[in-house]
Amino acid sequence: MPRSKRQVWLTFIALGMMLALLPFAVDFGLGRSWLRIMDLALLYVMLALGLNIVVGYAGLLDLGYIAFYAVGAYCYALLASPQFGLHLPFWAVLPIGAAVAGLFGVLLGAPTLRLRGDYLAIVTLGFGEIIRIFLNNLNAPVNITNGPQGINQIDPVSLWGVSLGKTHQLFGITLSAPHQYYFLFLLLTLLVVFVSLRLQDSRIGRAWAAIREDEVAAEAMGINVRNIKLLAFAMGATFGGLAGGLFAGFQGFISPESFNLMESIMILCMIVLGGMGNIPGVILGALLLTVLPEALRYTGNLQRAWLGHVVIDPSDLRMLLFGMALILVMLFRPAGLLPSRQRKRELVAKGDVAVQEQASVYDAKR
Amino acid sequence: MDIFVQQLINGLVLGSVYALVALGYTMVYGILELINFAHGEVTMIGAMVALSVISALVGSGVELPGVVIALLGLLAAIPACMALGFTIERLAYRPLRNAPRLAPLITAIGVSIVLQNLAMLIWGRQYISFPPILPQGRHQLLGASITDVQIVILITSVVLMLGLTILVKRTRLGRAMRATAQSPQLAGLMGVNANTVISLTFVMGSALAAVAGVMVSAYYGLAHYYMGFLLGLKAFSAAVLGGIGNLAGAMLGGLLLGVIESLGAGYIGDFTGGFLGSNYQDVFAFFVLILVLVFRPSGLLGERVGERA
Repeated sequence: MPRSKRQVWLTFIALGMMLALLPFAVDFGLGRSWLRIMDLALLYVMLALGLNIVVGYAGLLDLGYIAFYAVGAYCYALLASPQFGLHLPFWAVLPIGAAVAGLFGVLLGAPTLRLRGDYLAIVTLGFGEIIRIFLNNLNAPVNITNGPQGINQIDPVSLWGVSLGKTHQLFGITLSAPHQYYFLFLLLTLLVVFVSLRLQDSRIGRAWAAIREDEVAAEAMGINVRNIKLLAFAMGATFGGLAGGLFAGFQGFISPESFNLMESIMILCMIVLGGMGNIPGVILGALLLTVLPEALRYTGNLQRAWLGHVVIDPSDLRMLLFGMALILVMLFRPAGLLPSRQRKRELVAKGDVAVQEQASVYDAKR
Repeated sequence: MDIFVQQLINGLVLGSVYALVALGYTMVYGILELINFAHGEVTMIGAMVALSVISALVGSGVELPGVVIALLGLLAAIPACMALGFTIERLAYRPLRNAPRLAPLITAIGVSIVLQNLAMLIWGRQYISFPPILPQGRHQLLGASITDVQIVILITSVVLMLGLTILVKRTRLGRAMRATAQSPQLAGLMGVNANTVISLTFVMGSALAAVAGVMVSAYYGLAHYYMGFLLGLKAFSAAVLGGIGNLAGAMLGGLLLGVIESLGAGYIGDFTGGFLGSNYQDVFAFFVLILVLVFRPSGLLGERVGERA
C-alpha cells in the first residue's frame, strides 16, 4: 500500500510520543513495580533480538545464549563495584562488557563450526552451563565472582555525571530511577532494532539466510561459511553482553542464579513464539513472555471473583498457566504470532518444492 | 585404587540410569527428529507416582516385604508414565508434525513447565523421601563397596536394555520402528502405520523413564518436583554423546557420562592440584561432551552422514 512520506512521519511521531509517555502512564496506572517490569522487558527485547541473529537469521540453534548476558553483566559488575574497588565510567564498562561477550561468542563458535542442529544445541547448552558453574564457584581459592552470593552494590548507570539511580527533576517532571532507565534502555533497544534491520538486508544478512537454508549451496556460492557463522555468534553475543551490562547497572546486584538454562530457553521461546527472523514478531514475543508471567500473578483476584476465595496460590499457578499458554500458542500458530513473510509463504505453500522447502526451514537435519 | 573402583561403580550405576532415560530421548529423536524436552519430567512423574503408592502402602501398615512394596510402586508408575507419554505425543507433538522444526520444541518446553508445576501443586515443594524399606546390604568388591540397591539398578538396566535391543532388532514392531525412522512415507507405503509406531515409541520410552525415575529416587532416597530437569539434561547429553538416534549410542553415552562424572568428581581436585573442587563435576561432564563432539561431530556411535545435497 502506497503511503506518503507525511503519513510515515506522522506514524513515527505518534509512536515516539506513545513510547515517551508510556512509562508515566504505567507508573500512574499500574505502579512502580510494573515500570521496573517494563525496563526488564526492554532488556529482554534486546536479548531476543540478539539471539534472533543467531537462530533466526543464521539458523544456528543456541541453547546457551544467556551465558553472554552473564558475561556482560559480570564484566560490568567486576569493573564497577566494590568487589575489586574499581569504578570505571559507564561508557568504558559497557563496551568492554559487550566486546568480551562478543569474544566469548567467537570462543563458542570456533569449535562448533562443524556441528549441526541438535548437536550444536547441546554444545551451546553445555557452554552456558559451564559459564554458570564457573561463576558459581570462582570464589575460591581466589575470590573473583563472589560465588553463589553474587556481587552487590554495583554502581548504577551514570551518564555525564547524572546517576540514573537517583530521582531527578526535569522541567518540573519527577523522573525516578526506573523512568530514567526506561529511556536509556528504549534508546539502546531502538539502536539494536536499527542494527538488526540493517543487518537483515545487508550482504551479511543474506549470507546468513543462505547458510540457514542450505549450507552446502551457500558454500558453493562462494560464501565463507566459517567467517559468516562466527560473525553471527559474535554479533548475537555482543547484543547479549550489552543487555547484560545494562542489567547489572539497573539491578545493582547479580548472582549466577539469574543466568540459568531456563533463561536461555525462555529467550528462545520468545523468538519462536513471536515469529523467528521477523523483528516485530521477536519484539512482541519478548514483551509478551516478560509481561505474561507477571500478569499471571493476578490470578488470585480472578479466583476470588469467580470462586469466592483463593483456591490455588497464584504464585504456584502462574507458571502452570504460562506453560499451557506456550503450548496453545504454538499449536494454533506454529510459525509464531507474527511470522516473517517468507516463512508464512513456506508454511502455506503446497506442492513438492514447497514441501522440500518446508523440510529445510531452520533445518537442523544432519 | 579402591577410590577408583568405588567411583567406577558409582559411575556405572548413575550411568545406567542416565542410559535408560537417554534411550527415551534417542528413540523419539530417531523417528521424529524431535528433542522431547518433557522426557525428564516424565521420569520425575514416575518417581513421584511410585513414591506416593509406596508411602501409602507403608503408611497403611500392610505386612509386605519392602521389595514387594517397591515393586508395587514401580508397577503403578509404569502405566501412569505410559499414559502420560501417549497423551503428550497426542496433544503437543502430533498436531505439529508438519510445522517448522522449532515449534514442537517450544511445546515440549511448555509441557515440561506444565508437568513440573502440576507436580509441585500435587506433591508440594518439599523433597519427598523414599521410605527405608529396601534392603541395605553392602558387599565388598575389589576393595570398594556396592549396595544391594546399586546391584539391582545395574541388573535391571542391563536387562531392560537387552530387552529393548531385541525388541528393536528382532520383532515386527522393531522393524516397523526402524523403517519409520528411515522414512515415514516409505514405511507407510509398506503398510506400517506411522502414527501407531510413533505412539508406541513414546509409550516405551516413558515406561523406561518410569523405571529410571523409581531407581534414581531409590538410589538417592529422595524425589523432588524439579528432579526431572537435571536428569533429563544429563540424559539428553548422554544421548547426544553416543550419537543421537542410535540405541547403542544412548546406552554407551549414558554409562560413559556417569563414569566421567563420578571419576571427574573424584579426581578433579588431584588433576588441578586442588584448584578445582568436586563442585566442578558438571563442568567436567560438559567439557568432555564438547570435546567429543568437536572431534566426532555426530557422536561416538552416530553414523557419519554425508552433507545433504
